[in-house]
Amino acid sequence: MPRALFEKTGNAVYISHLDLMRLFQRAFKRAGLPLTHTQGFNPRASVSIAMPMSLGMESVCELLNFDLEGEKPDNGEICRRLNQALIPGVTVLQVYDQGQKLKNLAYLDCCLTLEYDQGVPENAEQRVKDLFAGQTLMVEKKGKNGVVEQDILPMIRSLAVNVISPTELELRARICCQNPSLNPMQLSAAIIRYLPELAPDFVRCRRLEIYDADETVFR
Amino acid sequence: MTQRLQRILPSVQKPARYTGGEWGEVKKDFSDVRVRVAFCFPDTYEIGMSNVGMRILYGVMNQMEGVWCERVFAPWADMETAMRENHIPLWVLESQDPVSEFDMIAFTIGYEMAYSNVLNMLNLAGVPLHAADRRGLKNIVFAGGVCTFNPEPLAEFVDFFSLGEGEEVTVEIVSLYDRAKAEGWEKERFLKEVSRIPGVYVPSFYRHEYNADGTLARIVPLDGAPETVTKRIVEDLDKAYFPTKMIVPSTEIVHDRANLEAFRGCIRGCRFCQAGFSCRPVRKKSPEVLYRQAVETLEYSGNQEITVSSLSTSDYRGLKELTDLLLPYCWENHVNLSLPSLRADNFSRELMEKLQTVRKSGLTFAPEAGTQRLRDVINKNLTEDEILTTCARAFAGGWNNVKLYFMLGLPTETDEDVLGILELVYKVIQQWKENAVNKKRGLRVHVATAYFVPKPHTPFQWERQITPQEYLRRCKLLKSHFYSKSIVYDYHSPDLSRLEAVFARGDRRLASVLETAVASGARLDGWDECFDYGKWLEAFRACGVDPDFYTVRGYGEKEVLPWDPIDVGVSKRFLRLERKRAYDGKVTPDCRHGCAGCGANALLKEVACDA
Repeated sequence: MPRALFEKTGNAVYISHLDLMRLFQRAFKRAGLPLTHTQGFNPRASVSIAMPMSLGMESVCELLNFDLEGEKPDNGEICRRLNQALIPGVTVLQVYDQGQKLKNLAYLDCCLTLEYDQGVPENAEQRVKDLFAGQTLMVEKKGKNGVVEQDILPMIRSLAVNVISPTELELRARICCQNPSLNPMQLSAAIIRYLPELAPDFVRCRRLEIYDADETVFR
Repeated sequence: MTQRLQRILPSVQKPARYTGGEWGEVKKDFSDVRVRVAFCFPDTYEIGMSNVGMRILYGVMNQMEGVWCERVFAPWADMETAMRENHIPLWVLESQDPVSEFDMIAFTIGYEMAYSNVLNMLNLAGVPLHAADRRGLKNIVFAGGVCTFNPEPLAEFVDFFSLGEGEEVTVEIVSLYDRAKAEGWEKERFLKEVSRIPGVYVPSFYRHEYNADGTLARIVPLDGAPETVTKRIVEDLDKAYFPTKMIVPSTEIVHDRANLEAFRGCIRGCRFCQAGFSCRPVRKKSPEVLYRQAVETLEYSGNQEITVSSLSTSDYRGLKELTDLLLPYCWENHVNLSLPSLRADNFSRELMEKLQTVRKSGLTFAPEAGTQRLRDVINKNLTEDEILTTCARAFAGGWNNVKLYFMLGLPTETDEDVLGILELVYKVIQQWKENAVNKKRGLRVHVATAYFVPKPHTPFQWERQITPQEYLRRCKLLKSHFYSKSIVYDYHSPDLSRLEAVFARGDRRLASVLETAVASGARLDGWDECFDYGKWLEAFRACGVDPDFYTVRGYGEKEVLPWDPIDVGVSKRFLRLERKRAYDGKVTPDCRHGCAGCGANALLKEVACDA
């Protein structure tokens, strides 16, 4: 099954996971690339996105699996035609065959920008580093069975904290993204919980790259 | 997009409806644009983007050189709160510019209960509400849509109304504005000139005088304004502008599919139906043109579903040719074809079965009244036999669900008619017992009753609305007789329909009520979770306006009606005649069995009425 690497940026970050699937189904159709459909009572077009993303999050490393009916054009052609049929903010970077098995997806590099309108508080960088250097870091996680406490430290592979402008503190982290997976927003949730005086006015989140268990880039 | 907005978006429901950037959106270079139009739909994005009329007019204006038309929708309550807290004025989706910067602000209004949204949107835009307070040529507010066939409740707020179908007249209006702006006209001069365009009604050119009893005494046209303004129509729909490159929303909307119109007007003449009279005469698109537009629309949009709509699709003469052309294309391309508003005739039944190869859709009937006598009064020529035959066949084919829609409070209705609904429902249940192939899952009969709202330009435009108490009594009477577990009975609360009745036949004195209600926070009234009846009642009290004057009072046949200056093509004489026939229990056969002489064919010069 061919796979597409795509990015979701700009105003497209407000498109939900289900809406994005629908958007791709239509884009394939507009591009003259007919998707195969599942057999059964309610046929569905065969597109699936590897890791659903929360609204408002940006990404340059999204994966889409799809399957085409009939003779398949070459991958470069698929990529070109899809991009002509997509909207600003959703761009296919590469189309390829024989992607790695999704079950081998393990880590995600993400970047959180914490915005402080009155300026980044003093010592914020050090205090955030200290927070993540502890033994455990319990954060509330809302799940299907209500709210549970979750220790996020075991799911953080590495973390860098830097003040990148007078009003922005940046967290770059490599975190688990499958079995178990950590929502990057839990990093800022920890700061808000344990360092309330460092609660930012706004948090921007971006997915940068994905890796397998050996920490080589996943495709 | 501003930083303020970026911070708000993740915290509101369905933020994708506020960003624009969809497939098919029209962007223009500012240096090529002389006239900017903010095209407002007074409801949410999901409703507005489902509106074919808005899509057509968006295309019409944007194909004009030098004109850029951009879309605006009513924000949902959470977004409105955030906008007010953060002082963000209402913006258009395409350029994200504030509405207050626009030359023209257009509204399309299809539902009376959207009036509060019109005012609220102007308020959110920071544009003065009253037409008289907008002095210059900038921010000219105009409106069209079915509701504007009685535009009076909005007369204080809207500079002019464009009546009827907009494909041609909108171009004339915007072109005139283009000239007015280039030549630096005063607003007065523009209004004067625009009122000369057929189909344009400028309310400030008419003075309303009242009798001591509150009824209208006369409507005086000022400065040579025409006595009546006749709605515009497009004669040849095959040649009419129709955009096949339409916007494809990036988020799910109510009617998330391609949509084509088979014909306009209706041959049926149900006496309560505003669209049935005000959209006449009947004009059709040919099957070939529809097929071409269907293919173009589907290919451009990538949609997997298409609807061919009209007021009564079974009455489309080209239905067989069209479906013969379209079905093979749809099968081949995994496209679902849906045909709403099919009648229960034989051809339609076969067609339905063909369409249902993939998915079974629902079976819905709108008998509107429970007895044949009352159905004759309202001229709804759907017989019990037709309903039962279709049900029997559907139950035999595996359906176990049927919806039946009725109205309560129709003219001449008695308790016997109300209980007639009951009898009909039990006959449907009997059909299921005799015909169902799979009884394990049981049967569901959804019965819904609505509160009858008399509408302008119909034979029932003079009728009284029954009181809300009486409506509820009839609902309860019916409910007390439904004992089968198969029946699910819903009745609409009377509050909204009562207000709808007030504004449908309202006059200019409702302006203060609207303004007061909106100032106290009324908006999104069509949405249960937002509708606050108390705010409206308080507004009526504060303004000294009695809602009963517009509802239970009824209008005299000799009375001057607020919408008298508006001519939709159907003569008042014909409406009176139809009203009399209703009271005599006489049906008027559909237009195909002989022209009933409504008068709408006089609107046609090039083609004949296709009834």
